[in-house]
Order: sequence, then structure tokens, then C-alpha cells
Amino acid sequence: MNSPFKLIHFTLVSALLVASWGTLATAAQPAKEKAVTEAKTETAAQPQTAIAGSEVNPFNRLMRVVPKRHLPPTQDGIHDPTNDSTQMLQTPLEAFSGLPKSQGDFGNGVDWVKALNESKIDARWDRNDPKAKPVIMDLSIVREVKGSMPGVGFPHKQHTQLLDCSNCHPAIFIPQKGANQISMAAIMLGQKCGVCHGTVAFPVAECRRCHDKAKPVAAKAPAK
Amino acid sequence: MPSLIRRTLIGRMLFVGTLVLATAFVDARPAMAEYGDVIMNNNSDAAGMRPAVFPHWFHRVRYSCKVCHADLGIKFKAGGNNIDMLKIMDGQYCGACHNGTIAWSVENCNLCHSGKPGTPTQVHESKSHELLSPAKPPVGKK
Repeated sequence: MNSPFKLIHFTLVSALLVASWGTLATAAQPAKEKAVTEAKTETAAQPQTAIAGSEVNPFNRLMRVVPKRHLPPTQDGIHDPTNDSTQMLQTPLEAFSGLPKSQGDFGNGVDWVKALNESKIDARWDRNDPKAKPVIMDLSIVREVKGSMPGVGFPHKQHTQLLDCSNCHPAIFIPQKGANQISMAAIMLGQKCGVCHGTVAFPVAECRRCHDKAKPVAAKAPAK
Repeated sequence: MPSLIRRTLIGRMLFVGTLVLATAFVDARPAMAEYGDVIMNNNSDAAGMRPAVFPHWFHRVRYSCKVCHADLGIKFKAGGNNIDMLKIMDGQYCGACHNGTIAWSVENCNLCHSGKPGTPTQVHESKSHELLSPAKPPVGKK
């Protein structure tokens, strides 16, 4: 009578350990160390309930939760896992496996410009003609900005590798010097650069990616 | 003695149940889709279909931005293109490639219409959507 219950008891405890603390499960030895693992279970239960209480560090509530990266469509939260076709879709991890990583953990985590330049991706310029090549315009526009931020160097080259002139001109940017008022607030709200940057091109998470030009004043300062 | 064991067993099972519940709550995080995934739900919910999901990353690996945003005239605005199935079948928008020649054709409804029902039109992780959409409850609260 006693032993089957003990067996079930022990199986339950081990199953619980395997599910919750995989590392602890390896330490679970039969009979002799059972008491020890049980004690561990009890102590480990304490922080678990504390997290579930959701009142830990309430002052930190605006910190962004670092999301898990590149989950398959069935787990990404926007696809319906009950849809049978969802499982047929390619997973991001599969597609990104050979692509260069970007610096900083944001966006897709892929350095798309590098991937294109190193021919890791072959983005067609024309949907019907795989041989069509983009017309690249290699002209950088330097924009001086207010305040102490370094100026912005806008490289036409990387943009014309992927885009047509008509994508930006004249609807988003008037092709004339001094004609465009740009502010970070507008960008954050999805205007000007923010039409793409912050939506699908690299997000405005690392200032220096765009603000990469030293101020003329700073250039005159003695070198450190 | 058996009753004592049964009691501890019930206690154990309750404990397991509590843990499973706790894990379910801890795991209730926001969607973790790819940056730039577009959910299109202008008409889907009303028509009893799942919303369509456009994986930007999948397409940018294979095509320049220009192909869709200049040649096909798709505006840089989620939900701003007024795409419907009739236009797609006539070869506009998605239908320029999703015609059975370049990419899968429109019979494969659920490959595109694979979003969670009720998901609003948006670009996933878009900064402007984050700032302009109604305030979300703070992280950690339900």
C-alpha cells in the first residue's frame, strides 16, 4: 500500500523538478536524497511566488522587457497557433542563420546593409528580372543639428541600394537644401526618417548610427 | 498513515497546479514577433477571416524595398493601402507576385491569413504605433 504511493509521490516531485528547474532535476537521486530535493523544492518555491505577485521593483516598471528573439510563427504571439498553415511558414531563425549580426540588440538583430554588401542576401531589384541592378547614387548629405549632438551624415548610397528616388522624393523629403524641417519628435511619430526607421529599418535606438559627424567646433578642439 | 500520504499527495498536486498557474502568468508577455511584421486587419475580422500577417523580414531578404514600395505602389503605412482580395486577384499589391508564378497563389488562404483573430492593424514594434496607440498597462501588471 505504501510503496505505490511513494512511487507516485516521487514521480510527481521529479516531474515538477524537470518542468521547472531542469538543472535541479539532475541532482534528484532516488530515495536517499529525496528529502534533500524536497527541501530544495520548498525553498525554490519562495521566489517563484514572489515573481508571480508582480510587485517586485515597481519603480522599474518602465524598463523594457527584453523579448525572446526570433521565435517561430507558432510562438511569436501574432500568428494563430491553431491555424494549420502557420506551421508551414519559414521561421526567422532559419532565414537569419547566415546573416551578419548588427551591433546592439534591436530591430531584427541583423545588419541588413552588411548582409546585402556581402551578398548574404540577394534582394531582387525587379520582381521579374533577377539580373536587374539598382542605380546607386553615392552622395552623402551632412545635416548640422541644433544643440550638442553631432551632425547627421545621410548616405544616399545605402538608401539607393534598396529604394527608388520616388520613395522619398518629393513626398517625404523635398529634394532641396534647407527645405526640410526634421526633428526627433517627428521621427518618433513616424514622419521623415521615421517612416522607415522605427518601423522596419533600424530603429532610433542608437543615436550614433545617424548622428555620426563631429561638430566643426569639436574638430578644432585639441586631440585627447 | 495512508490518509497522511494522501493528504501530502493532494498538497503536492495543489502545489504543482499553483506552479503551473504561476508560470502561465509569468509567461503572459507581449507578442514577440519580428520587428516590422505587419498585421493587416482592415476587413479580415469583419469577414470572419484571420488577419493577414506580412513578414517584412522574409520579403526584404529576397526583394528590394523599391519593388513593393515603388513598382507596386504600396504606401509606407500599415492599413493605408486599402488592399482587398479583389485587387489581389486582379494582380495588384500582393497579387503582383502571389499569383502562383513568383510566389504562392491566393488559394492558400491561411498562409497569409494566419494572424490571431482580433489583432489590430499595426507594424509590430513600430515606434510610432507604440507612442500613438492607446496606453498599455505597465509591464508586469495585467
